[in-house]
Amino acid sequence: MPLSKDEVRHVALLARLGLEPGEEELYAEQLSGILGHIDRLQKLNTDDIAPTAQVVEVASRLRDDEPRASLSQAEALANAPAQHDGFFRVPSIQEEA
Amino acid sequence: MTSDDLTRITVKEALRLLRLGTISSADLVTAHVERIERLDSKVKAYLRFTPELWEKQAAEADRKLRAGAGGPLAGIPMAVKDVLCVQGVETTAGSQILKGYRPPYTATAVQRLFEAGAVMIGVTNCDEFAMGSSTENSSYFPTRNPWDLARVPGGSSGGSAAAVAAGEAMIALGTDTGGSIRQPAALCGVVGMKPTYGRVSRYGLIAFASSLDQIGPFARSVDDAAVVLSVMSGLDALDSTSADRAPMEVLNSFDRGVKGMRLGLPREYYEVEGVEPGVKAAIDAALVVLQKEGAEIVDVSLPHSDYGLAAYYIIAPAECSSNLARFDGVKYGLSEVDARNITDLYMHTRRKGFGAEVRRRVMLGTYALSSGYYDAYYLKAQKVRTLIKRDFDEAFQKCDAIVSATSPTVAFPLGAKTQDPLAMYLNDVLTLGGNLAGLPGISVPCGTSDGLPVGLQVLGPQWGENVVLRVARAYEEASEIKPEVADVA
Repeated sequence: MPLSKDEVRHVALLARLGLEPGEEELYAEQLSGILGHIDRLQKLNTDDIAPTAQVVEVASRLRDDEPRASLSQAEALANAPAQHDGFFRVPSIQEEA
Repeated sequence: MTSDDLTRITVKEALRLLRLGTISSADLVTAHVERIERLDSKVKAYLRFTPELWEKQAAEADRKLRAGAGGPLAGIPMAVKDVLCVQGVETTAGSQILKGYRPPYTATAVQRLFEAGAVMIGVTNCDEFAMGSSTENSSYFPTRNPWDLARVPGGSSGGSAAAVAAGEAMIALGTDTGGSIRQPAALCGVVGMKPTYGRVSRYGLIAFASSLDQIGPFARSVDDAAVVLSVMSGLDALDSTSADRAPMEVLNSFDRGVKGMRLGLPREYYEVEGVEPGVKAAIDAALVVLQKEGAEIVDVSLPHSDYGLAAYYIIAPAECSSNLARFDGVKYGLSEVDARNITDLYMHTRRKGFGAEVRRRVMLGTYALSSGYYDAYYLKAQKVRTLIKRDFDEAFQKCDAIVSATSPTVAFPLGAKTQDPLAMYLNDVLTLGGNLAGLPGISVPCGTSDGLPVGLQVLGPQWGENVVLRVARAYEEASEIKPEVADVA
C-alpha cells in the first residue's frame, strides 16, 4: 500500500527525524516500493502461529544486587556535546508561559 | 622471508614463527603497516589507525613470547570494525552522528582478543550503523574490493573483509545482522563466520537489530577463524543474551572431515532468482569436492524462503528505529545544541547526523511499529520468522549442515545498486535466513567467476559451529583453494 506525503511527515515526526526539502516525495516513493515487496507477507495464513521475538532459548538470568564500581560522573559526561554543573545541558523542554 | 611475506601467512604459521623466535610481533606489525602505507590509499579499508595500541600490545606480546608464554593470538595484527567500542579509540559506526565519540569502555569480544594477545592495527570502514551490503553507505568514503578496485567489497563489514584480503590485517572483526560478515567475506575471497545468536557477547557493540546482531571473525583460513571465534565466545555477565556454553565446544571434532555427513542443498537457495551462472558453476564444483570427500548431498526445502527478505525488512528496521533513538544530540556525538527547544534539537541533530539509508530504515521501522500498522507488519513478520525457523528445524532433521552460495553474485561495480534499495537488499537473500533463525554460518572461498571470488556458505543448527567449521575445513583442505592476499593493482 503506497505511502502518502502526509504519512511520511507523520512518521518522520514520530521518529524525530527532520526532513530536507523534497524528501517527503523521495521517501514516499522508496518506502512504498519496499512495502510493495513486504506486502507478500499478507499471503501467508499465520492465524495459529506464535510470534518469535527471541530465536535462541536463553533462560532469564539475574545477577546478585551488589554495589560495584561504575563510570565516574566525569567519564559519563566526557562525550557530552554540552554540560553544565555536572549535568547534560539541553535546550528548554517547556515553552515559557 | 621478506617483510611483505609476513602479510601473506596465516595466523597458524605466524604463531609458529613467533614461538620459535624467528619473528617478533613488532616485525609483523611493521610488515602490515608498510603494506597499509603502500595500498590503503587505494583500498580504503581503514577509517583510523591505533599506533598507541599496536606499539603497547606488540611489545607486551613480544615480552610474553620471549618468556615462553603468550595467549592463543599473541602478537597477531587485528582490525576492528567501526561498530565495536574500544576504550579511548574514536568509534563512530561509520556515521557522522558519532563523530568524535570515544567510548569509556571496551566491547567484551574485543577485550577477550586483547587478553589473548591480539594487536589492534586500526578501525575499519563499514556501512553506516552496519546498514548496507556494499560499504557505500559509510558516511566517510566507500571501501574498494582489493581484487578489483572498481568494485565494492560487500558489506556492511566491507573494510574488515578488504583489510584481510589485502594483507592489511591478519584477522578482523565484523558483525552480521543479515549477512554483513559472510557476504563481504565471499566478495573479497576470505573466510568469514557468523556465530549462533548468543555465542559471542554483544556488550560494547553499537546495536543495529538486537535480536539478529552477532560479532564474528574474518581470516584467511578456517583454522584461524575458528581460533578467533573460540577466544571471543562464552558467557558474559554484561550481555543477558550471551549463552553459558564452553568456548572450546566450537572446535569439537572440527578437523574430522565430512565422510558420512549429510549436506542439505535447499532447492530454493540453489535456484535463487538472480544467481549468476559463474557462481552456480563454482558451487556445483564445490559440491563435487565435498562428495568426493565422502559427504552425501541431500535435497532439502526451505519453503518460506520467498518471505525471508520481507520479514527481515520489517524486523531489522523496527529494532533499528528503537535502538537508534538514543542518538539524540544530548549524551554524545553530533549535536545541534543551539536549537530553540528539545524537539528541534532531536529533529535537526538526526537530520544532519544520519545518512540516507539509516533514515530510510528508521522511517520504515517507525512506520511498521506505529499505531494501526503494528499487527499488519511487525507482528506478522515475527510470525513469519517462526515459520522460517521451523523450515530450518525440519531441514536439519534430514541433514547435518546446509550448503549454498553465500551471495547470488560476485562483487558488483561501485554505484551499481545505490539508487535501488530493494536491489541492494537482495544481496542478502541467502544469508539473512541464518540470522532470522539464529544459526551459525560461514563463508569460505570456492574459486572465482570472471576472476572475482565466490563464497560457499555452510549453515548449521544452533550451537553447531563445530559442524559448520568441519564442513568448511574439509572443503578448504580438499579443494586446495586457500584464501590468498590480493595483489592490489
